Amino acid sequence: MIEARQLARTFTTKAGVVEAVAGIDLDVEEGELVAFLGPNGAGKSTTLRMLTTLLPPTSGSAVVAGHDVVREPAAVRRQIGYIGQGNGAGHYHQVRDEVVLQGRAYGLGWRAAARRADELLDALQLGSLAMRTAGTLSGGQRRRLDIALGLVHAPRLLFLDEPSTGLDPQNRAHLWDHVLGVRERFGTTLFLTTHYLEEADTMAERVMVIDHGRVIADDTPARLKADLAGDRLVLALADPADAGPTREAAERLAPIHAFEADGATVHLRVPGGAEVVPPLLRELDHRGVVVRSAEVVRPTLDDVFLALTGRSLREESEAGAPEPGAVESGPPGGGPPGGGASDPAGAEVAA
Amino acid sequence: MADAVTVAPRGPVAAALDDTVTVFVRQALPTLRSPSGLVFGMLQPLVFLALFGPLLDGTGTTEAFGLGDAGGDTWQWFVPGVLIMLALFGTTGTGYMLLTEMQTGSHERLLVTPVGRTAMLAGRTLNDVATLVAQAVLIVAVMVPFGFDLHLPGALLGLGVLAVLGVALGALSHALAIACREQQESFYMIQSSIQFPLLFLSGLMLPLEAAPGWMEAAGRLNPLTYVVEALRALFDGRVVVGDVGWGVAVVAALAGVGLAVGTRAMRRANA
Repeated sequence: MIEARQLARTFTTKAGVVEAVAGIDLDVEEGELVAFLGPNGAGKSTTLRMLTTLLPPTSGSAVVAGHDVVREPAAVRRQIGYIGQGNGAGHYHQVRDEVVLQGRAYGLGWRAAARRADELLDALQLGSLAMRTAGTLSGGQRRRLDIALGLVHAPRLLFLDEPSTGLDPQNRAHLWDHVLGVRERFGTTLFLTTHYLEEADTMAERVMVIDHGRVIADDTPARLKADLAGDRLVLALADPADAGPTREAAERLAPIHAFEADGATVHLRVPGGAEVVPPLLRELDHRGVVVRSAEVVRPTLDDVFLALTGRSLREESEAGAPEPGAVESGPPGGGPPGGGASDPAGAEVAA
Repeated sequence: MADAVTVAPRGPVAAALDDTVTVFVRQALPTLRSPSGLVFGMLQPLVFLALFGPLLDGTGTTEAFGLGDAGGDTWQWFVPGVLIMLALFGTTGTGYMLLTEMQTGSHERLLVTPVGRTAMLAGRTLNDVATLVAQAVLIVAVMVPFGFDLHLPGALLGLGVLAVLGVALGALSHALAIACREQQESFYMIQSSIQFPLLFLSGLMLPLEAAPGWMEAAGRLNPLTYVVEALRALFDGRVVVGDVGWGVAVVAALAGVGLAVGTRAMRRANA
């Protein structure tokens, strides 16, 4: 459905030439649900804009829905749907008018477009707002209207650029209900960008992590977390001097990705943490190390990003959005290997 | 939701015309849904009509220069100018709407559809023309009871000339908007710094015959001067005169330039 080879885009700014997307290869099969995850300025939107014919690539090629984005942009546009970061409906336009006109834009006749608009407004619970001007809608309603606009021609491939940014949790859940419903019904291929870790984790079947214009990881969320991050073990020791022996014991039992001692508290990063805890506790007991408590924290995609780049995605996302195409420097260093200290997925194990 | 949406294939010309109609209807709909918007764009010309027209009448300027069909009828002389003013104040600003839509994402949404770029400009410009002509008809209708003589064939031709001016200014306004998309505030700065010299150097407010020689010469270089003179002749019922010929030639050339520049801008704004 999508096949990109060495797709690249550079921008010339006052500060010089910025490489927003540095030659990425991408293959997405029909029916997949892929999330493009990365910090602001990583090149997510630039890639999406190239794949949707909004921006010509500087080099490389992309075939989307069977057509080359540079040579046959019109053919690509007929096949794909796109829900951008902004709101698609005109501020002064009535809701239904915009959906009808969107159908017209895809070549439907007036009557077919009107019928299609009514179906979609119904399906997205916008029927009662049909005569309202888009500018008077709430954020959640406007986003539903965007979805209606993106689905008018029942595209086989739907691109969503930061679809849930700015929505409250309830509206975000609604949005996902609709998007997943569409996918279930029509087998639509979905390709979206997000900087929400939880969203990529729970919704996507495949996550591509992008940083500085390059894809640095590409797998299911579960495998990314298992392979790249591993669980985090937090052990509270009775004696800070036992940190050394604890490390030795742990290294004998499992491949330790990271180890850090903070006084009497020890942080370990290890794949399959829950299975490591019982033998580790026995071993430590055997060595006379007293453990007050042990906690296994499941990894998040943020831990994956941290493991890959040494930076936390969470911090970068909160740092605010820079100019599109700009490259972020990011906060230096990564801090302790516990970026997600407040992770709600943490599981206590009594010692 | 229906499972599949089938679209009948269209030839390139049919598709371009179809797209133009779609874009035109989209642009026109907000005004059609709430027509009060039409008057909103006429405020400045209406103020000139109501507050400057009587002043012109009172000072006897038009009599002194023997202007207008009755040898000095102010309204006959001034109303065609007000119609041009509609274009100068209203149509030249329509590009700002495109800038707003570029900002919010609704232009981007259309760019991802198969609608042709030329149709995007043509449909928008068509709406500028429709708005301008509707406003002009409104002004003429209001002024007839105040003694404005309606010479129907000439007036219709005059509206035609005005419509072509609308094509030129609408298309150029969109080109300006696209040029200003990185710095929105420069749009109105540029628009107003062009609009006022064009206004005063067209003989629209006061006859250029009253101006110093250099200003009259500058007025001769202003294409709008010829359009103003053609419109005055036409609304006076003088159809076969040199003024009309010049005006038609100039306005046609302006429209040609406007469409060329506008189409190019729209195509380059996004591949």
